[in-house]
Amino acid sequence: MDEELRRELIMVHYKEPEHKYRTDDPNYQKVNTRNASCIDNLDIYVKIKDHKIEDICFDGEACAISTSSTSIMIHNLIGKTIEEAKNFIENFENMLEEKEYDEEILKEANAYNEIYKQGNRKHCAYLPYEGIKKVLNEIEES
Amino acid sequence: MKQEEFPMLKEDYIYLDNGATTLKPQCVIDKIKEYYETYSANAHRGDYDLSYKVNQEYEGAREEIRKFIHAKEKEEVIFTSGTTESLNMIATGFFEKIIEPNDEILITKSEHASNVLPWFRLQNKCGAVVKYIPLDENHYVTLEEVKRAVTPQTKIIALAGITNVIGDERPIKEITKFAHEHNIFVVMDGAQSVPHRKTDVQDLDIDFLAFSGHKMCGPTGIGVLYGKRPLLEELDPINLGGGMNESFDNPNEIYYKELPHRLEAGTPNIAGAIGLGEAVRFLESIGMENIETYEKNLRKYAIDKFLSIPHVDLLNLEADGGILAFNIDGIFSQDVAYYLNKYKICVRAGNHCAKILKSEVGVTNSLRVSLYFYNTESDIDALVELLKDKGKIEKEML
Repeated sequence: MDEELRRELIMVHYKEPEHKYRTDDPNYQKVNTRNASCIDNLDIYVKIKDHKIEDICFDGEACAISTSSTSIMIHNLIGKTIEEAKNFIENFENMLEEKEYDEEILKEANAYNEIYKQGNRKHCAYLPYEGIKKVLNEIEES
Repeated sequence: MKQEEFPMLKEDYIYLDNGATTLKPQCVIDKIKEYYETYSANAHRGDYDLSYKVNQEYEGAREEIRKFIHAKEKEEVIFTSGTTESLNMIATGFFEKIIEPNDEILITKSEHASNVLPWFRLQNKCGAVVKYIPLDENHYVTLEEVKRAVTPQTKIIALAGITNVIGDERPIKEITKFAHEHNIFVVMDGAQSVPHRKTDVQDLDIDFLAFSGHKMCGPTGIGVLYGKRPLLEELDPINLGGGMNESFDNPNEIYYKELPHRLEAGTPNIAGAIGLGEAVRFLESIGMENIETYEKNLRKYAIDKFLSIPHVDLLNLEADGGILAFNIDGIFSQDVAYYLNKYKICVRAGNHCAKILKSEVGVTNSLRVSLYFYNTESDIDALVELLKDKGKIEKEML
């Protein structure tokens, strides 16, 4: 992904993030995810039905990288089965860790394909994935 | 002042996070190196020359610090790992024994976590009640508000001399005078004041003081607990072990050493203490009054420049310490900090460990520039130049 597109994707999803609102709907599972080394602090709400992610929304305060990464993640995970979602997350993790991953699957999330170069921002990009993984694991365990 | 003494400043960084920690001058680095290279033995075990030398240096550092804070006796200076440990020792080792249910502890919402959580623990453990002295419109503590907040149940007033986000200086001497008239103990968190001001514990008449070495050109992992001797005599050591006991035969026959060693169990941070002693000598050679004046002038210079930028929201126009807390309109503080980092300018973004302050100032996080005497007007110029152009910040913050 070229520099210009990467920048534009991040800025669009930062300035106008998708699904940024909180919900009291009891069908949503809430998880808080925060960055211990900085101040990013997000609540993510996930609605799962029949083993499928029906909806996700989020709220909170975070930097441009965290906010955009959350918006892009949500955009891509809605409609996926838990298995597909896990696969998406795994590919994203591999990208951050400079391992092999499938570009096709990650779509807009490829915007963070060079974030590994900025050690102190890597975790910002990963923050929403950390949260969503918690929810998916809890669901699997129950 | 003294820029040439700091090796880090040769790396063309502009370091503006002195509230978090300060840079180290060459003399402090050399002093630590000298200990490790030429007399690296233990203290208080002086059966040979090297160990005797360690003892001389270690106790010499204590005396240096005593003079620096104008304590009466050097036994009132206890080496700790820093402000946090000192405050915990005060709360747990001294106050936990004497605090009673419904006793009140007065703090403010602009205290650092280290001057909040140990008191919360006393509340949870002993049934004491932590209360907040209301701040005025500039987030200052006034003697009048202290008087209003004190009740017959008030036992402790614990305040920072200067706060770490707002940078306001508290009238500690006046507060202490009033407190003592009402049998209230005063604990001062000196982390942000001792490095920047002359501190005279006898003149202030405070009961306890805590501060850290690394915020005043000293090494990390070393700090000081000061207490009036009669109070320190009553302070129970949290750590028991080597170096603090006189003798023991069984659980019923344990004899502790006298102050200060009774409160310094285990092999101390010898290099740290000696390094801190050197840092204090260095600060004294500049003069604390000179440091204070220099920082005040530099802050004023910075404020004037900041006020000329329309998208800078300054949170602490009024402040005594060299701290500027601000936000760039519409841009998350962390993103601005990352942007400045690209130009090797180090500033802090976040809540600065003052998590209950947000309800007071209505802002959850901010950027913080905290100055020290080695910062210059050209540091401020470089910062202001980068903050002036909001479009550039947005373009380069990723």
